[in-house]
Amino acid sequence: MNKSIDERLRGFPAALAEQNELNAVIADISDQAIARVNGQKGPLADYLLAIKDNLNLVETETTCASRILKDYRSLYTATAVQRLLDAGAHVAAKTNLDEFAMGSSTEHSCEGPARNPHNPELVPGGSSGGSAVVVATGLVDAALGSDTGGSVRQPAAFCGLYGLKPTYGRVSRYGLVAFASSFDQIGVFAGTTELAARVFESIAGHDSLDSTTSDQPVGTFAYEEEQARRITIGLPEEYDNEGVDREIRERRDDLVTRLKNDGFTVKGISLPHTDYGIAAYYILTTAEASSNLARFDGVRYGYRSPDGQNLEAMYTNTRSSGFGPEVQRRIMLGTYVLSAGYMDKYYIRAMRVRRLIRDDFLQAFKEVDLILTPTTPSFPFPIGGKVDDPLTMYLSDVFTVPMSLAGVPSMNIPVGHGSNQLPIGLQLTANYFNEETIFQLSRFIEQQYTF
Amino acid sequence: MAILERWEPVIGLEVHAQLATNTKMFCRCKREYGASPNVHTCPVCLGYPGALPVLNQQAVEFAMIMGLAVDCTVRGLSRFARKNYFYPDLPKGYQISQYDEPICEHGKLTFLLDDGASKTVGITRIHMEEDAGKNIHGDGNESYVDYNRCGTPLIEIVSEPDIRSPEEAHKYLERLKQTLEYTGVSDADMEKGNLRCDANISIRPRGAAKLGTRTEMKNLNSFRGVERGLMYEIRRQIKLLENGAEVEQCTLSWDDHAGETRLMRSKEEAHDYRYFPEPDLVPLIIPDSQVQAIEAALPELPSAIEERFSKQYGLNPDDIRILTRTRELAGYCEQVIGAGANPADAAQWLQGEVMRVLNEERENITEFTMEPEQLAGLIDLVATGSINRNTAKTVFDRMLEEGLSALEIVTRDDLGQVSDAESIEQAVRMVLENNPVELERYLRGESKLFGFFMGRVMAGTRGKGDPQTVKSALQRILAEMHPGA
Repeated sequence: MNKSIDERLRGFPAALAEQNELNAVIADISDQAIARVNGQKGPLADYLLAIKDNLNLVETETTCASRILKDYRSLYTATAVQRLLDAGAHVAAKTNLDEFAMGSSTEHSCEGPARNPHNPELVPGGSSGGSAVVVATGLVDAALGSDTGGSVRQPAAFCGLYGLKPTYGRVSRYGLVAFASSFDQIGVFAGTTELAARVFESIAGHDSLDSTTSDQPVGTFAYEEEQARRITIGLPEEYDNEGVDREIRERRDDLVTRLKNDGFTVKGISLPHTDYGIAAYYILTTAEASSNLARFDGVRYGYRSPDGQNLEAMYTNTRSSGFGPEVQRRIMLGTYVLSAGYMDKYYIRAMRVRRLIRDDFLQAFKEVDLILTPTTPSFPFPIGGKVDDPLTMYLSDVFTVPMSLAGVPSMNIPVGHGSNQLPIGLQLTANYFNEETIFQLSRFIEQQYTF
Repeated sequence: MAILERWEPVIGLEVHAQLATNTKMFCRCKREYGASPNVHTCPVCLGYPGALPVLNQQAVEFAMIMGLAVDCTVRGLSRFARKNYFYPDLPKGYQISQYDEPICEHGKLTFLLDDGASKTVGITRIHMEEDAGKNIHGDGNESYVDYNRCGTPLIEIVSEPDIRSPEEAHKYLERLKQTLEYTGVSDADMEKGNLRCDANISIRPRGAAKLGTRTEMKNLNSFRGVERGLMYEIRRQIKLLENGAEVEQCTLSWDDHAGETRLMRSKEEAHDYRYFPEPDLVPLIIPDSQVQAIEAALPELPSAIEERFSKQYGLNPDDIRILTRTRELAGYCEQVIGAGANPADAAQWLQGEVMRVLNEERENITEFTMEPEQLAGLIDLVATGSINRNTAKTVFDRMLEEGLSALEIVTRDDLGQVSDAESIEQAVRMVLENNPVELERYLRGESKLFGFFMGRVMAGTRGKGDPQTVKSALQRILAEMHPGA
C-alpha cells in the first residue's frame, strides 16, 4: 500500500474539518476507503477521489442532496464508481450538489450551499459544486460529477479546474440517479489534463447495464505536441456577445492570439441555432425529469410523509415536503410541457431544435477539430444572488447547454484568473467520441502558456 | 335479442398476454408465477434510483413471432415510450411501453363462428410493455405490494373495431389464446392472469357508418366474463339510446361476480399519460433478415392444421375444433393417425376415452402416459375385429394402468373376440334351450325378446363374441324354428 495514500486517508476527516465552512462534502466515507485498501494496483491507485452524491456506492447513503432520499442506502454500485474502484482509486467522500443535480450553484441542497474556495461568499458553481470544491482545495485529487447542461464544466470554470463532460454514451449512467436521461453524463474534475484523461479512461466504455452506452473503443491519451499543433480551432460567432464579461472575452482573445502565433489555424464558424438552446434544454430536461423523479413516491424507500389519509394525500404530502422548490419547479414545468395539448407545442418543437443544434455541430466539425468558447458568461456570483431569479440562473448555462443538447464532448480548461482573483475557464468542444483531441490541445495550453 | 335488429354493437379488444420468457422484460429476474412475495426483484424492477432497463431479446423475438402469426408487419424501427402515472404497483411512476411506433402493425386473425361462418378481425397493432406488480390489501388499513410480477414482459394485441357481437369477441379471444399457445410465446392461462382483456364498445343504428360514442371496459378476464360483460354493456348502451339519452365516454370495470360494471373514471377523469420516448433505451432496430428467419421458423398455425385435418384426414368441423384446441392435442392426434389409425377412429377415441381420463385426472395431453403408437395399436385391434368395442375400453384402462401394449393385454387376458360361426351357434342353441318360456313367448310374437337372447348369448361368451356374428346366428336359428317370425 502506498504510504502517502494511507496517511491521506487517515488524515482525511481532519483535513475535511479544516474546510468545513465550504460545505462541499455530504458524507465522509474515508473509513470505507481504508477498509477497502488491499494493495491496489491500477492507473488510479495513487489517487484519492470523491464522487458526487447522486452516484450509488453500495453501503453508503445516496442523498442527491434531497430530503426525499432520507435514509436511502444504495443496494448496488454505479458502473462508473465500480470502474474507479477497479482502477485502484480510493473513494473518500460523497460531495454536495444541487438537489437531484438541478441547479448551477450548489445552493439548492438540503445540506445547505457549498462555497467557492476562492471566495466563500461566492457560489462554486453547480450542480457538481461539491466535487469541484474538494478538488480545488486539494482534499482529493480528482472527482466525479454529473453534467446535464454544464454541471461539471461550469463549476470547473468557477473553481479553476479541468472539468470534462464526455460524449453522451461514453460513460455508463447505470447507478447515476437520473435527472434528464438523454443528457446526463458522468464527468471528471481534476487539476491536470493528464489526470482528467486517466480518470475518464478508467470509467469510459460500453456497459451492458446501460443500453445507451457506445461500444466505441476508448483510447489511452498520450500527449504529442506535433499532433496537438495540427488541431484546427473554430470560434463560433454566436458565443461572442456583449453579455459575456469583458475579462473573460479578453482572456479568450489573448489565448487565440497566442495559438495563432504558435501556428495554429483558427477560424470563425457559426452555430446558428445557439440562441434556442436554453429554451429547448429546459423543456426537454424538465420533461424527462418529471418522469425520472416520479419514482420518489414514498412507497418503497426514502422519505414518506406521516400525513396521508389516503394514497393520493400520501403522494402529495411526501413529494411536496420531500422535494425542494427548484425540483418542484422543474417537475411542474416538465409535467406541463408533456401534457395533452401542449406536447406538440413544446416538447416536439424542442426535439426539433435539438436536432438542428446537433446538425450545427456536425456542420462545424467538417471545418474544424475543436470549438473554443467561454464556459460561462460571467464570474462566480454571490451566494443567494440568483436563487430568487431562476431565469437569470438558467441563462448562466447558455454556453454549456448546446453541447449537452448535441451530446458532444466538452471540457473546461482553467486559464488563469481575472483582476478579481477569480478563476476564468474556457471550453473546448470536440466532435463525438473525440475526447482525445480535447486532451491534446488542453495539454498543449497547460504546458506552453501561463496566464 | 330483438333490439339487435335495430342496433349494431361495434367492439374492439385489447388483449394483454404475458410472454413466456425465462426472465423479466428489462432485468434478469426470473419470471415465475406463485413465488413468495418480492423474491424475484432487483434494483431495476423495483425502480431504485439510478437503475436502468436492458431489453430482453427473447421478449422481442416472442413479440415478433406472435406478430407474424397474425399476419402483422414487423417494423424495422420501433421505439419504447414512457406511460406516466402514479400507483404503488408501478415502482418507477411510469410503465415502459410502446406508443406511436409499436413493433408490429396491420395484422388479422381469422376464426370460425358456431354457425360455421368464417370471421376475420383486423389487428391494429401489437406492442411490447412491462407488467405492473400487485397490490395486496391487508385486513386493516395496510396495503402491501408484491413486485414479483413487476417487469414481466407483455404484448398488447389491439384489434380493429371489427367485432360485432359478444360471441365473436369470445371466438376471437379463443383464437388468440390458441395462437399464443401454438406459437409458445405465452402460457395464455387466463386463471393465472397470463391473458387479460379490455374492450372498447359502442352502439350504432344498423346500417349507419358513423361510430357511436364508445366506453372502455376493463377486467374481462375470462371467456365467460367477456361474453357476459359485453352483453351487459351492450344492453346498457342500447337502453340509453332507446330512451333518447346519450352514451358518455368513460372507463368501466367488469365485476364478474356481481355480474355488473362499475365506473372507474369518467371522461373528465381520464388519465393524461404524457407519453414520450423512453430515453434509457435505444430504438429497436430489426433487420429484415431476422424477420425472415423468424417467419421461416414459425410453427404450423391453428388455421393450417385445421385445414389439413379437414382435407387430409376428412375429419368433420366439430372434431377438428376440439382436436386442434391445443397444439399438443393436435400433435398427439396426428401421431396416432401417423401410426396407422383410421382418422375418424382416432378422433373418436381421443374425444371419448382419452378426454375422459384427462378430465378425471385433471391432466393435460402432455401428461398422458399412453404413447400414440400404443393407442393406434388398440384402434387397430378393434378395426380388424380382433376385439370388440366394449372389450377395447377394458383393454384401454389396463394399458394405462400397466403400460403394456393392447396386443400384450389381449393375449395375456384372453380377451380376443370369438367370431367362429360354430362356437357361436352352439352358444345360441344353449341359450334357447335354457330359456324355454322366453322362447315360447318370442315364437308367439313377442319380438322384443330378441334383445334378451342377444344379451344372454353375449354374456355366455363373456363379452368376447362378435356382436354382428351373434346377431345373425340368432336371427337365422330363430327363423328356422318359426319361419314367420
